[in-house]
Amino acid sequence: MKLIACVKATPDTTAAVKVDNGKAVWGEAPLVINPWDEFTVEAALRLKEANGGTVTAVSVGGEEARIALRHALAMGADEALLISDPALVSADPQAAARILAVAIQKVGGVDLAFFGRQAIDNDSGITPAQTARLLGWPALTLVSVIKVDASNLRVERAIEEGRQIVTAKMPAVVSVVKDIGEARFPSFMGIRKASKTEIPVWSLADLGIPAPSATVDQHSLMDAPVHEVVCEFITGGSPQEIAEHLADKVLGEKLL
Amino acid sequence: MNTWVYIDHFKGEALPASWEAVGVGKTLGKVTALVFGSGVDRLVTAAFEYGVDEVLLADDPSLLDYRAELFSSTLKQAFAEDSCDVILFPTTSRGREMAAMAAIDLNTGVLVDAIALETTGDKLIVTRPIYSGKVLAKVSCLLKPQIVTLRGRVFPKPVPQAGRSGAVTKIAAGSGPLTTVEGYTSSEGGVSLADANVIISGGRGLAENPALQPPAGMDAKQAETWHAQQGFAMLKELAGVFGGAVGASRAAVDAGYVPYAMQVGQTGKLVSPNIYFACGISGAIQHLAGMRSSKLIVAINKDKEAPIFKVSRFGVIGDLYQLVPAMITAFKQRLVK
Repeated sequence: MKLIACVKATPDTTAAVKVDNGKAVWGEAPLVINPWDEFTVEAALRLKEANGGTVTAVSVGGEEARIALRHALAMGADEALLISDPALVSADPQAAARILAVAIQKVGGVDLAFFGRQAIDNDSGITPAQTARLLGWPALTLVSVIKVDASNLRVERAIEEGRQIVTAKMPAVVSVVKDIGEARFPSFMGIRKASKTEIPVWSLADLGIPAPSATVDQHSLMDAPVHEVVCEFITGGSPQEIAEHLADKVLGEKLL
Repeated sequence: MNTWVYIDHFKGEALPASWEAVGVGKTLGKVTALVFGSGVDRLVTAAFEYGVDEVLLADDPSLLDYRAELFSSTLKQAFAEDSCDVILFPTTSRGREMAAMAAIDLNTGVLVDAIALETTGDKLIVTRPIYSGKVLAKVSCLLKPQIVTLRGRVFPKPVPQAGRSGAVTKIAAGSGPLTTVEGYTSSEGGVSLADANVIISGGRGLAENPALQPPAGMDAKQAETWHAQQGFAMLKELAGVFGGAVGASRAAVDAGYVPYAMQVGQTGKLVSPNIYFACGISGAIQHLAGMRSSKLIVAINKDKEAPIFKVSRFGVIGDLYQLVPAMITAFKQRLVK
């Protein structure tokens, strides 16, 4: 099987992201592979291990995208591909979908393109569905279990109401959630291999497309307002007394 | 502005965020509800009661189960026949997916997960959280129609008015499904985290209950999980008093105490209930990112330095296994008549 894992580099979940001069900054906090994309790579690797084939990690971005690609290689991806172009100043998620759809076609013969449910920087979660729509492939989003039988795909999707069981034909786009299985840590050998692997770079000219035009205008960024909360500690002589006191306080807020 | 609102539903039951979206639509002008499904008359009635002016109804056996490609093509077809300025979706798993596809189909942009919305002329300026809510972005669509998904439990749900009605226009179901729905396995049942008014969440602290004796023959790890699960059962009972839901921290999920579906946080569910009880949760940034928009946060923790207290209105320093049973009694007395 030919499997693609689409990944992105983002600040770490613990990074203190702030707005400085109209831009989001996170100080010295390192960029990492988008936490959801660890599961993207994991899902692709598990399928490869079960059915054979290759896993190619693909990222759209600048030099920073190599961080995500190297992580995918270190986890065990066979190869990586960076799509980078000076014309892509700030590729929004929809532009990323347009580029990835073309890249996946150019790679050719792809059975499944994996995504994470969303990237924790933009938090849009639209790229998988849009890439599928552009390719004309089924979009199987929020997938927690995957089974492959010849060209048939059977997945479980984690939706609000529980699990939905869906079948489709490959090729398809799959976005995965954490239930797909614990993401493996890169091995020492994997990290060494990743540092030596040459990552080819494709430009927009290589893809034969102009930079996708912007669809969304970003006017401004601001720090999320910090609600100054002063915690009132509830005390009492016994758990019962504390509980009674707490219940009165909580219900006194009239939120129910 | 002529606004369409997609009514997201599961087996004919609308998700509450759909009606909140209708409420937002009403502030913009005329609202047309998009009701797609099979045998969904009840939804049409409800849509009028919640205040929509018109309904575009695709009622067809092929639409019994939501399927992204089929529902998106239904929307695309409807737009080709009768356009609009704005399309609103609730930010649900289906709503987000359809909004994403509609942006491609209608060659426009999409603003995901709005928490505030203002207008300048016929342009919508949307505020949306990014970086897990650490930063807010003001964005607008450069093209038309302007597609926006609205975060649930942020905008008020209109008060339904019985007996309201209006014009229903029947439209054809789309084509080109690429998936087959074989069935559903429901989750535990009960109230979903997204809709819950009250959430009781537990963390690793629930495993600390040496007084309880696990059944014989368990190894250390099994005993730890057993301890935590006694704690979660207790939280479930407290949640039951409020008709609420039970959540968990990533630490509790990673430790295998409870399934991932219960995880609240940056890589779990984003919740904003009226009251959030954090029990034995220290309050890692990644957890706070998922719950800090709750209206009232109450924390119970043994460690008085736990960061969770920094975002909590009320706090109790103490032992959960003593406090929660007492809270069940105290809240029951006051709430259950």
